[in-house]
Amino acid sequence: MKNIKFLVVGMLFGIILVKSEVISWFRIQEMFRLQAFHMYGIIGSAIVVGIISIQLIKRFQLKTIHGEQIVVPDKIFHWGNVYGGLIFGLGWAITGACPGPLFAEIGSGFWVIIVTLLSAIAGTWTYGLLREKLPH
Amino acid sequence: MELIKQPWPWYVAAPLIGLIVPALLLLGNKTFGISGTLRQVCAACIPANISFFKYDWKKESWNLFFAVGIIIGGFIATYLLSNSGQVNINPHTTALLQQEGVKDFSGLLPQDIFSFSQLFTLRGFIFIVVGGFLVGFGTRYAGGCTSGHAIMGISSLQWPSLVATCCFMIGGFVMTWFILPYLLQL
Repeated sequence: MKNIKFLVVGMLFGIILVKSEVISWFRIQEMFRLQAFHMYGIIGSAIVVGIISIQLIKRFQLKTIHGEQIVVPDKIFHWGNVYGGLIFGLGWAITGACPGPLFAEIGSGFWVIIVTLLSAIAGTWTYGLLREKLPH
Repeated sequence: MELIKQPWPWYVAAPLIGLIVPALLLLGNKTFGISGTLRQVCAACIPANISFFKYDWKKESWNLFFAVGIIIGGFIATYLLSNSGQVNINPHTTALLQQEGVKDFSGLLPQDIFSFSQLFTLRGFIFIVVGGFLVGFGTRYAGGCTSGHAIMGISSLQWPSLVATCCFMIGGFVMTWFILPYLLQL
C-alpha cells in the first residue's frame, strides 16, 4: 500500500489543524476582522518554511524516496484565479473553513460539516459542468 | 503531555505545516493541495460524462488517502490530545460577533449556527450549505485553495498563486465586513 504514507502525513496535518485552532470558525473571523495575528502567523510562516524547503530541494537536487527527480509543475495564470479566488474567499468567510479544515472538522465530531463538504463537492461538480461557459 | 493538550501557538504549528510541502515532494513528487480531492470525488462517484471529470483519478488517489488522514488526525487531536474548551480569541471579535447575533462561544465552531437543528433555517442553510458550495466552486475555478495556492503555490514562487491568494483575502474581507453582519442576523 504505497499510499499509506500519505494517510500518515494527512493525519499529522489534521492534528496540527485542530491543535492550532485553524479549523475554528472564530479564528477565521478574527483573521478577516484583522483582530489577531494568529492565522497570519501560521499561513505566513508556513510559506516561509515552504520557500526555504523548496529552495533547498532545488539547490541540492534532492530526489524522491523512489529516486525520481522532484518537479513542481508551473501554475499558469488564468482569470479563474481571480474570479474563483474571490468566490472562494466569500465562502471561506462564511464557513470559516477551507477544504483541509472541513475534513478535520468532520473528524473532530462536527457531523453537520459533512453537509458542508457534500455541498463543496456539489460546487466543484457544478464548476466542472459550467467550465466551458465561464470566463478564464 | 500537558503541553501537547494545550492549544498550539502559531509559531509551533506554522513550521510543521510548512514542512508538509517538502514531505509530500520527497515522498513521491506530490504537490500539497486539498481542493483537488473534491474533484477526485466527483471523478470517482459522479463523473456524469463531464470532460473535466474524465481522467484517470486512480492515478492521483494519494490525495484521497491524505484527506482521510486529515479526518483521522482531526479525531485524534480532538478526542485524545485536547482539553476541550473555548477558543481564546480577541475579546473585540467576541464582542462584535455577540452584537451581530452569535451566541455560542464554547467550542471551535458556534453551535447556534453549525448544527443539524439549524440546517433547515435560512441562516443555517446559508452558513452550512451555501458557504460550502462557494468553497467548492470557487477553489476549483481558482485552481486551488489555501493549501494549493497560498502555501504550495507561493512557496514555489508562482505569481498566479499570489494573485489567487490576494483574491481569497479580498473575497473574505468583503464577506466579513459587508455581508456577514446581515447574514448573522437572519
